[in-house]
Amino acid sequence: MTEKRQIPIHVPVLARVEGEGTLELRVRNGVIEDLRLRIFEPPRMFEKLLEGREYTEIPDMVARICGICPVAYQMSAVHAIENLFGAQPGPWVHDMRRLFYCGEWIQSHSLHIHMLAAPDFLGYENITELARHHADEVRRGLRLQALGNEIIRLLGARSVHPVGARIGGFHHAPARTQVDAVREKLLAALPEAEALVHWTAALELPTEEQEFTTVSLRHPREYPMNEGRIVSNRGLDIAVDQFESRFVEHQEAHSTALHCLLDGKPYLVGPLARLNLNIDRLPAPVRKLAGSLGIKFPSRNMYHSIVARAIEIAVAMHEALRMLEAYTVPPATYLDSTPRAGTGHGCTEAPRGLLWHRYDIDATGIVRGARIVPPTSQNQARIEEDLRRALHALGVRQGDAALRQRGEMVIRNYDPCISCATHFLDLRVHDLANT
Amino acid sequence: MLDKPKIAVHKFASCDGCQLAFLNLGEDLLALAELVDVVHFVEAGPVDPEATVDIAFIEGSISTPEDAERILRIRTNCRYLITVGACATSGGLQALRNFADGKEWLASIYAKPEFIQSLATSTPIARHVKVDLELWGCPVTGRQLLAVLRALLFGVPPWHEKDKVCLECKRRQTVCVMVAKGVPCMGPVTRTGCGALCPGFGRDCYACYGPAENPNAESLARRLEAMGLSPEAVARRFLFINAAAPDFADVGLKRRGNIND
Repeated sequence: MTEKRQIPIHVPVLARVEGEGTLELRVRNGVIEDLRLRIFEPPRMFEKLLEGREYTEIPDMVARICGICPVAYQMSAVHAIENLFGAQPGPWVHDMRRLFYCGEWIQSHSLHIHMLAAPDFLGYENITELARHHADEVRRGLRLQALGNEIIRLLGARSVHPVGARIGGFHHAPARTQVDAVREKLLAALPEAEALVHWTAALELPTEEQEFTTVSLRHPREYPMNEGRIVSNRGLDIAVDQFESRFVEHQEAHSTALHCLLDGKPYLVGPLARLNLNIDRLPAPVRKLAGSLGIKFPSRNMYHSIVARAIEIAVAMHEALRMLEAYTVPPATYLDSTPRAGTGHGCTEAPRGLLWHRYDIDATGIVRGARIVPPTSQNQARIEEDLRRALHALGVRQGDAALRQRGEMVIRNYDPCISCATHFLDLRVHDLANT
Repeated sequence: MLDKPKIAVHKFASCDGCQLAFLNLGEDLLALAELVDVVHFVEAGPVDPEATVDIAFIEGSISTPEDAERILRIRTNCRYLITVGACATSGGLQALRNFADGKEWLASIYAKPEFIQSLATSTPIARHVKVDLELWGCPVTGRQLLAVLRALLFGVPPWHEKDKVCLECKRRQTVCVMVAKGVPCMGPVTRTGCGALCPGFGRDCYACYGPAENPNAESLARRLEAMGLSPEAVARRFLFINAAAPDFADVGLKRRGNIND
């Protein structure tokens, strides 16, 4: 006899992924026979929208793929185009892009920790309820989120769909006085970021270890954001333009999200993958902080993702501070570029993980083809694998409420993107006795 | 004691950026939660999609058969329906598909397009139900949302921007990028509310807040052509974030030869 349970939920929101979904479980004799995270995002078909547009329009267009990580989309795009054109905008642009990205990591990670993940681990329904019992921690989170947004605004004028980035650099250099004001705030908030790391490390997280492949960028010196080679904990080490030789996206019948696999297998991208692969690239004070938590990194416990996120907020704060302290107003904020026909690849570390872009451009600078692989489509197979494991460990004979709660927690832990990661719309159970 | 007004935030095809205008409110978000009862807002936690509410905020455009049904139920269940952002108000960037072969597009992205439920068009909410107020912007700002909520809590009609970005530049004493640098700017036809951010950064406005009141878009299009832009380059400027807004679509499509003069 087969017992079929359908549990509708809200799932990953990103590029071709966003929107609502369902978790379908087919259980036979206490064993999960089939598990499907169904995603029904209305497809927006961005890759096609880009065709026929001029390369200069790409940063403003791709930002619209995700309101939570528009900087990531802009950064992968500008690097892809500059790689094709052979443009090297120099150290000021390099530093400002890193600063820009720091703002997004701080904003996005704070949002996820406080609004999405923490209520799970502390047993509350949502942030309003959490705020009633942990007011100071929630306010600290909101302050850090606001600080991240403020950094983005320095270079982008607004934090959602910022308008400052362009091919070759930025449209505008912030004034010294603005930079100083943000630097003061960052300096004052460093102890808050440190306290946040300790707070996440003290949460009572499940202690389930598991094996998984981790993938991230790796840079010769920096904790990776904008540049580096694509590496894994299983020996992968390739240039960004080699991505398609090892990573393949395919469509599952049950989802509008394309699943991406590495050599045919699931893998993890995002904060825990980055941290596991780049411990030796942490800024010295953060490395010391991470070493004081009683958690051994690299970690095999997926729930340490929330700690990794907090550690990355500390990374971004220290890095942003370093760049603001060295800030100078440059003679030029961007490098002019000349279009060149060909294919450009770009890959950066979005808050949720590797974000890979490819553009085919013609000699007049018009986009002829585009391919975008967002972190959520990369994590989706890993999430399904983890769900299967977690629900088995919990015991599939548990009631629907328990299965749903654990399922949600597993999914949210990956921060698949925000609306993705919240609560199940409702719970329906179908017992199809003779299917 | 009177019950607090109930609000809901619903998402359709979108990037979630306009919902962030709520989530980025900081302390004001906690204050807001004391003034109103947020009964449905999936990103923030509360889930009750069928609840009867005083105000329903709608983010996103209609692009699937299910969503076309869902918006009808939301309209039935709310007193005021307010669209937030370009997607809900004009169909958004994804409305570019309205000018192309949607089925062919799906087939080129998805190996098995038969699994994808999608309409050929991305349409604004007002094409499907009565909308009480439209908040333009890609994205809208927290200020726009709070101003509307505050007005409705006072029981007065909300005020919203209809002016052009140009006027905002003048008020801010921003040097005109078109006059001073010859940059083709959409400010003369675009609704303000953003704070004229792009000209403030020395770049062109790209019309993310949609058409202003009486935009006279054709006149700007001719001006841009006189500055040396090809008809196709002019078309791309109008057919962008708010491609399906009629004032912009007419001018853009005409330059692609889709509409005759």
